[in-house]
Formats: sequence, C-alpha cells, structure tokens
Amino acid sequence: MDLGLMISSFPKLLNATVVTLKLLSVSLIVGLFIGLLFAILRLNKNIFVNRFAYGYSYVFRGTPLLVQIFIIYFGLGQIESLRSSFLWVILKEPYWCAIIAFALNTGAYTSEILRSAFQTIKPGIIEAGKSLGISTKIIFYKVQIPIAIRQSLPAYGNEIILMLKGTSLASTVTLMDLTGVAKYIISTTFKPIEVFIVAGGIYLFMTFIIHNLIKFLEKKYQH
Amino acid sequence: MNIFKKIIFSALLSLLVIGNVNADKIRIGTEGAYPPWNSKDESGKLIGFEVELAWTLCRYIGEQCTIVEQDWDGMIPALIMRKFDAIMAGMSITAERQKAISFSQGYADEVASLAVMKGSSLEGLDTPAGINLTKPNAAAKKALKTLTAALAGKTVCVQTATIHQNFLDSGDVGKVNVRTYKTQDEVNLDLASGRCDAALAAAVAFSDYAEKSGKPVVLTGPTFSGGAFGNGVGVGIRKDDTELLKKFNAAINKARKNGDISRIATKWFGFDASM
Repeated sequence: MDLGLMISSFPKLLNATVVTLKLLSVSLIVGLFIGLLFAILRLNKNIFVNRFAYGYSYVFRGTPLLVQIFIIYFGLGQIESLRSSFLWVILKEPYWCAIIAFALNTGAYTSEILRSAFQTIKPGIIEAGKSLGISTKIIFYKVQIPIAIRQSLPAYGNEIILMLKGTSLASTVTLMDLTGVAKYIISTTFKPIEVFIVAGGIYLFMTFIIHNLIKFLEKKYQH
Repeated sequence: MNIFKKIIFSALLSLLVIGNVNADKIRIGTEGAYPPWNSKDESGKLIGFEVELAWTLCRYIGEQCTIVEQDWDGMIPALIMRKFDAIMAGMSITAERQKAISFSQGYADEVASLAVMKGSSLEGLDTPAGINLTKPNAAAKKALKTLTAALAGKTVCVQTATIHQNFLDSGDVGKVNVRTYKTQDEVNLDLASGRCDAALAAAVAFSDYAEKSGKPVVLTGPTFSGGAFGNGVGVGIRKDDTELLKKFNAAINKARKNGDISRIATKWFGFDASM
C-alpha cells in the first residue's frame, strides 16, 4: 500500500469533487422541476397526457444511465443534421450532455416518488380546504405540494445518493469529475487500489452528509 | 462433516484444480480494440498483428498460451495483479511504464500522428514529415513551435494512459485542451463528430479508421517518434518474472531472424513495422 500516493492524490481528488458536486446539484435542480412536472402530468385524467408521462418515466427508469449518456453523447453526435443545428452548441459539450442525461434520469425517478406522494394525500384534506372555500389551485400549491414533498423526503434522499454515485459515469464522456481524475492518476501511477480507496472515501463522506441532511429535514418537517 | 461442508470443500477443491490447469499456460493480455495492432472480428474473436505474433512467439517458447482480453486503462494494474503474465497490446516502451513493469526488446515500432477532419484549419501545417523527440534537432524544435502556435486553445483528443496523452501533458506543444477517452474508437467518433479539433494516436489507427468508416479523416503535422513516444512496442512483463522475460526475448530473436515478425507486420500494417 502506497500511503504517499494516497496523501498526494487527495488534494487533486478533492478539487475534482467540486466538478462532481456541480454535476450533482445542477442535475438535481433541473431533475426536480422535470419530476414535479411529470408527476402532475401523471395525475392528469387525460389518457394521452397520462400515457406520455408514464412512457417517459418507463424509458428512463428502464434503461441503464450509462446507456442514456452514451446515446445522448456519442449517439446524437453521429446525426449530421443535428451537428449543423443550434442544438450542437449545447450537445457539443460533454458537460451539458452529462447534465441532460442525469437530469432526465433523476427526473423520471423523482416523478415517480412525487406521484406516489401525491396519491397518499388523504382526500379528506383536500375536501376540508374546498369546504373552507379555498380554490383548488391554492390547495394544490399550498397544501398538496408541501405534503407531497414531506412524504417523499426519505425516498428522495435515496435518489440524491443514487445520483451522486451516478455522476461517476460522467468520466466516460471525458469529464474530469472525481472518478475521472482518479482514473487519470491511475493512468500514470498504475496503482488503482490506493487511488480508488481515497476516491471511494470521498464519495462515502458525501453520502454521509446527504444522509444526515435528509434526516434533519425529515425531523424538521415532522408533526 | 455435514453435507454442506462437504459440498463447499469439494467446490473449493475443484477451483484449485481449475486454477492449476490455467497456471501451466502463459496468459497474454491484449486490448482487442486498437487495430491493426489488436482487434476483434465480427464474431468477437481476437485478431491482429499482436495476436498472430503472440501465437508465433509461444510456438518458439514451446509453451501453451492463452490470450486474455483486458481494457486498456487497466492493462498494467491487471498484469501486476497476476490476471495474466504478459502484455502484448501495442504498448510502447517508456521510462514511466518501466517504473512499474519490465519490457522485452521491442518487436515493432510505429509512428504517431495528429489527425483532423478534411477542411480543418489545422490541415497542411508547415512541418517536416517526421520528427524524433529523443534528441530533437533544430528542425524538430521548430516543428514543435509551429504546433504550439497551431494547437493553442484547441481540443486534442487521445486515448487515456497512452504515450499520446503523455506527450500532450508534457507541455512540449504548450497548453492544449486534452480530452481523454477509454478507447481509440471513442476518440475516432468524437473526431468525426467535430467535438475534437484534432486527435493524436498511432498514424495507422487513423488510416485504419478512415478506410473502414469512409470518414474524411486526414493526418496532419509531422509524425512523432522517440522522447515521450518511447522506443518501440515490446512485451510487458512483471518485474519479478525474469524467467519469462528471457523466454520472450529469445523468442523475439528467433522470430525476427526467421522473418516472422516482418511477415506478420506487413500482413497487418501494409508495411514492415517490425524492429
């Protein structure tokens, strides 16, 4: 075991962790909006809207994240007409391709988490609001959404942790995230165990923080 | 001893037996994704210059061999961890790698080159046909300067953990935006898509891709050898495995004398890349 290498690679890996956290936070924020939108579409009575939303979550939950990244990065890059369109400005960059893949993926899972949270809200609560003369719109924004968010916190915490680990796939499309830099160090030192132990430790620490943050929020919103 | 213990014991015993059968053979690791050095045919069978050369060398050594596939970025760690006993994967002999493993004498050498898509501004650089970086002469130094100016701010794509990556990281051509990929295939894809302004690899890897894909990939600038590009391609062997190293060196001598290396090289490269 090369302790010197573990110590000298630590600051480089910590630097790369910034990239990982950026990827994670941007895709989670975009994914949350996508998830909320599609959760609402799923609850829509119109069969086409409903089926469309179901189809999206089915496709993105039913295929590996790696395949999704490859299709968006290498796959779309093969289409000649796309390369000459304005979309190429975004799709040319590995960073945005990774964000698109991660956001669409986490959006699909988030929509399912929020949908089931909406469905657990007892009809009585909504009826109570209606009987007080509050409009359905306000009930939705002020009652249903806050309850749904609280209900979905434990499951969403898991999703954040899964996404954190998912960001390691960004290295497959040339991004220098935590895993990417770890691989780079290994490519010159040929010592995978030492470097991956340090990188794994950093991932574990981030998971620890996220886990406790969610636990704290759960307690805060308990009643 | 109860029945479960018996089952586990016999299962372990059979593992030992299987392990011993494999230990008798020399296991050679290759990537299978770097044509014409090594690649795979449609059925998934390993083919290429080094696959054919490996069987020839094994015949001279007089021992049985098996060829094992291994991703490029884990090649040297896998050798050290005894997943196989020798590397034949277009791996150039460099000082950096020699810190971790030993190399046999070189059996083939092939120059590196930049490639761009036809119509690129990097086409037609004013440089000599080839430069050697071991002791760069005035012309080579001038060529590096030309390249530094031409590549400033450009994205150059390479396969990870290669001499090509080392060269770009060395700063000999200034600050370029280096992007690394797991396989040469992915480098080729992104060169063709326009995400890379240029790519650096074995010249023959690009001509092979241009020929097979029909994409307008052209070589540009000088061909590179020496320095960061190492001293030819050899068999990588664990440092403590001096016995096997001797066997491979003797086998390469015989194969060279009998003209086998040149014959196989000409067959796969289209020219004699043997050394």
